[in-house]
Amino acid sequence: MGLVDRGRLPKPLTSLFNLGRSYSLWVYQWGLACCAIEMGAAFGSPRYDVMRLGVIPLPASPRQADLVVISGTVTDKMAPAIKRLYEQMPEPKYVISMGSCANCGGPYWDSYSVTKGVDQIIPVDVYVPGCPPRPEALLEGIVLLQQRIKNEDMGARWRGEGTRPMSAVDGSSAEKGGVPVVVD
Amino acid sequence: MTMLGDRQQLSYIAAQAADARVNVELETEGMTLNIGPQHPATHGTLRIVARLDGEQVVWAEPVAGYMHRGYEKLTEVRTFPQVTALINRIDWLGSFANEVPFILAAEKLMGVEAPPRAQHIRTILFELSRIANVSLFLGDLGVQLGAVTPVFFAFRDREYVLNLIEAATGGRFHPNFDRIGGLKDDLPAGFIDETRTVMVKLRRFCDEIESLLFGNEIFQSRTRGVGVIPRDVALSYGLSGANLRASGVEWDLRRDQDLPMAWNKADWKVWTHPDGDSFARCWVRLQEVRESTKIVDQLLDTIPAGPVMTKVPKIIKVPEGEAWVSTENPLGEMGYYVVSKGDLGPFRVKIRSASFNNISIVPWVLRGVYVPDIITILASLYFILGDIDR
Repeated sequence: MGLVDRGRLPKPLTSLFNLGRSYSLWVYQWGLACCAIEMGAAFGSPRYDVMRLGVIPLPASPRQADLVVISGTVTDKMAPAIKRLYEQMPEPKYVISMGSCANCGGPYWDSYSVTKGVDQIIPVDVYVPGCPPRPEALLEGIVLLQQRIKNEDMGARWRGEGTRPMSAVDGSSAEKGGVPVVVD
Repeated sequence: MTMLGDRQQLSYIAAQAADARVNVELETEGMTLNIGPQHPATHGTLRIVARLDGEQVVWAEPVAGYMHRGYEKLTEVRTFPQVTALINRIDWLGSFANEVPFILAAEKLMGVEAPPRAQHIRTILFELSRIANVSLFLGDLGVQLGAVTPVFFAFRDREYVLNLIEAATGGRFHPNFDRIGGLKDDLPAGFIDETRTVMVKLRRFCDEIESLLFGNEIFQSRTRGVGVIPRDVALSYGLSGANLRASGVEWDLRRDQDLPMAWNKADWKVWTHPDGDSFARCWVRLQEVRESTKIVDQLLDTIPAGPVMTKVPKIIKVPEGEAWVSTENPLGEMGYYVVSKGDLGPFRVKIRSASFNNISIVPWVLRGVYVPDIITILASLYFILGDIDR
């Protein structure tokens, strides 16, 4: 992709790439705690069925994944493993932090062994609040992430300047674009 | 216990010897296989370190602590009503069952007892959470052994149970519904009829799983005779719940204890299995789901009228004392040793969770098995990481 790394990707091509990427998300599920079961319900149950959104759960390895859902309590003992997993994923990669524990520590805000938020370790694109969030909330988080991917400037991402430049709310690459999305 | 200690020592020596032998005779090395901390077959974040001699495990050890959230310390800085919100999340598949022993211990200290209607509804919700827990186990069991279909059935039918719990308590997963002296609220209108239809669906689900999995020749050949835990070993390792009953010990705290709950008002059976292998553990759990649906059906007929809450002060101060209450939770015996100094919160809470003791047998039972059997044995032992690490 010579066009991409020179930063001169024509706009129609960008849209085409972004469309393709947003509807073929391979999700690596990092199931940690209670939220993992709700994530399992969203990914594996006939009622929620995440595949209709163009999301493919259960790749064999993080090296095949585009998106990781950190679902559950991140402890200080687990944190190095999560960082290593994130580093194994190929670019472009996205992170959804699912549940209060992964967002900010949740009910364990004063615990000695819990990492207060996975965003201390890896950058997060979408926060899904709830304890645990319903499967519908996770699906909305994924839809918001897809909107963000569609509006992304691939050239900028390739050059490493502002890996999260886009705001999924209005689609503009404003200065505040680095702010991650929170599902309401 | 000394005998078992010697056995562990021996197995460690055997591991060393196997390494040495392989090194000398074949000029190869023994292999250390690390499973986890994130692996689909470990129900979360358990890590198993296994030393292999070819295909055989010579030494295996579970590494716990990846999900340690410090419950026992956190309870010391919470008030009594706040603790239930926290301990919901220990065994996250059957949350309501976690609250009950703690609340019973606090009630024991305070000298209050929930009204009969609250006791009945507690028991119904307890059994519903057991059904939600174990039905997911039955589906997940298929995935572990290479059959993907059962998990879809399990998630489909589990949703009905979660709907019931949500209708009654407001929470799909973590109800936080139990209060000292009763329950937060009464049952909603239409709950009883809806529960009856769901119980019929769940019994059909059990039949489906039985014909899909338990009658399957591949399933049987992968589970029968694999990971046999004899009766005396199960007892000495402190196993509880279906793992113990599958080794032929007829022991169920719901029946054997006199708690202010409504289990003794229903007619049900404690299932045991003489074999003690993986198949027996799975089979006992399947029967337990059936028994739970029976218990719920019978209790629905006999819910007494009356309030769901006794008179307790608005600000709950538990008098000084110590109490131990344990119940038969979906995973086994779960108990709380509550020490109160007369403050708003407990002074110390010791949590005895079932999975921690259940996986303590992993080094013993994994010795000498083949690598694919590790997954079968871990799946059939059935632990939940929040319940191990707390």
